[in-house]
Amino acid sequence: MSTPATQLREVSAEGALDLASQGYRILDVREPVEWNAGHIPDATLLPLADLPARAAEVVPDKNAPLLVHCAVGARSLRAAAWLIQNGYRDVVSMRASLRDWRQLGGAWEAPQELLTPAQQLRYSRQVLIPEIGQAGQRKLLDSRVLLIGAGGLGSPVALYLAASGIGTLGLVDDDVVDESNLQRQVLHTSDRVGMPKTESARLTLNALNPETRVKEHRERLTSENVERLIADYDVIVDGTDNFDTRYLLNDAAVRLRKPVVHGSIYRWDGQVTTFVPFAGPCYRCMYPTQPPDELAPACAVAGVLGVLPGIVGLIQANEVFKLVLGVGETLAGRLLMFDAMSTEFSEVKVWRDPACPACGEGAQQ
Amino acid sequence: MSTVRIPPVLRETVGGARTVDAVGATVAAVLDDLFARHPALRDRVTDEGQLSRFVNVYVNDRDVRYREGLDTPVGPDDTVILLPAMAGGSR
Ligand SMILES: [Zn+2]
Repeated sequence: MSTPATQLREVSAEGALDLASQGYRILDVREPVEWNAGHIPDATLLPLADLPARAAEVVPDKNAPLLVHCAVGARSLRAAAWLIQNGYRDVVSMRASLRDWRQLGGAWEAPQELLTPAQQLRYSRQVLIPEIGQAGQRKLLDSRVLLIGAGGLGSPVALYLAASGIGTLGLVDDDVVDESNLQRQVLHTSDRVGMPKTESARLTLNALNPETRVKEHRERLTSENVERLIADYDVIVDGTDNFDTRYLLNDAAVRLRKPVVHGSIYRWDGQVTTFVPFAGPCYRCMYPTQPPDELAPACAVAGVLGVLPGIVGLIQANEVFKLVLGVGETLAGRLLMFDAMSTEFSEVKVWRDPACPACGEGAQQ
Repeated sequence: MSTVRIPPVLRETVGGARTVDAVGATVAAVLDDLFARHPALRDRVTDEGQLSRFVNVYVNDRDVRYREGLDTPVGPDDTVILLPAMAGGSR
């Protein structure tokens, strides 16, 4: 004796909700990529193409009441037909869109959107890069980067970090815009001569990207404020103009374990490296002793080629990206040198010094 | 004959050159040769006969502090790099 042939039934979204509340098991026959974009929480994913191979494993009980759905009702109808042909007795297909299901209050689970539609559009060209994607862009948007100096090096770094969606940019500078800065400090403009550099920077950066949170720290880095200033940031960009500040920053960054992207420029020459505390060398590993000031003339004294901070600063910005995203190889352990006169890059290795007073064996970890 | 790269802050001591040729089989010999011809360079990077601690010396890309110091051998095709810290950036 055989059971009566089962009729294939289709229901509206309303009917489907009713069946779900009666305990019908829900099968989602869409593709995994559709499932990942959002699905009914109690449903089981079983793509139509996998049905013949996996139905017996996923639904061993042929008497179990089944509600099958896809995106609109076409694939689910084919799935339901196959199931009935293969002995399942109570199979219902939802002939409705999932939007109808949701509008009627049907349960729904969507992944948390990493980016708003506006952010997806704005940052689309870098979200397309496999190593970045939405998750990487989210990291950039959540990251906090502190720039020591909103001048020569700070200008290109800040512009490109803001454009790329670094969420928070802190600027430490107590200087005001001077006409002689404008040859290279591209954050500032002629009509802002006399304005604090941090304010001028904020205006430029927020005109470029209103989403960037620009924090002005109108002060000079000192031993009193350095730890407070760097504590809230993920990465520090060092573009200062004197050794005192560089050593001060180094020692505090090692104590607080903040990576520092270091850049310096002089006439036609630039240097860049990245210090990652305890994973690589620090500034004192490289130069244990602070040189006399005559070896460190500021741009104001020695002069500097206008494009040089652009070239060096963008290499620094690139380092920041890799540190924030956690991809690629940084310049940790390498000092990159650029000679603009001959257009030559070269590098030397920088070792961690076991005797380093800041990060060596004797230093407190 | 090896090549010595002169950092920008010291170029005036060698008449503005970016690189200078020098002879010597060790870093010490190369520097002696260089200093004999450019005494102003000696005054800037040595202190009581010793190389100042704020000037790093590399043979090719290796810091001689982690090799044999001033006794580190220098071959004829090697480049010796003098590299004091550089501070400029902001102003
Ligand atoms: Zn160190």
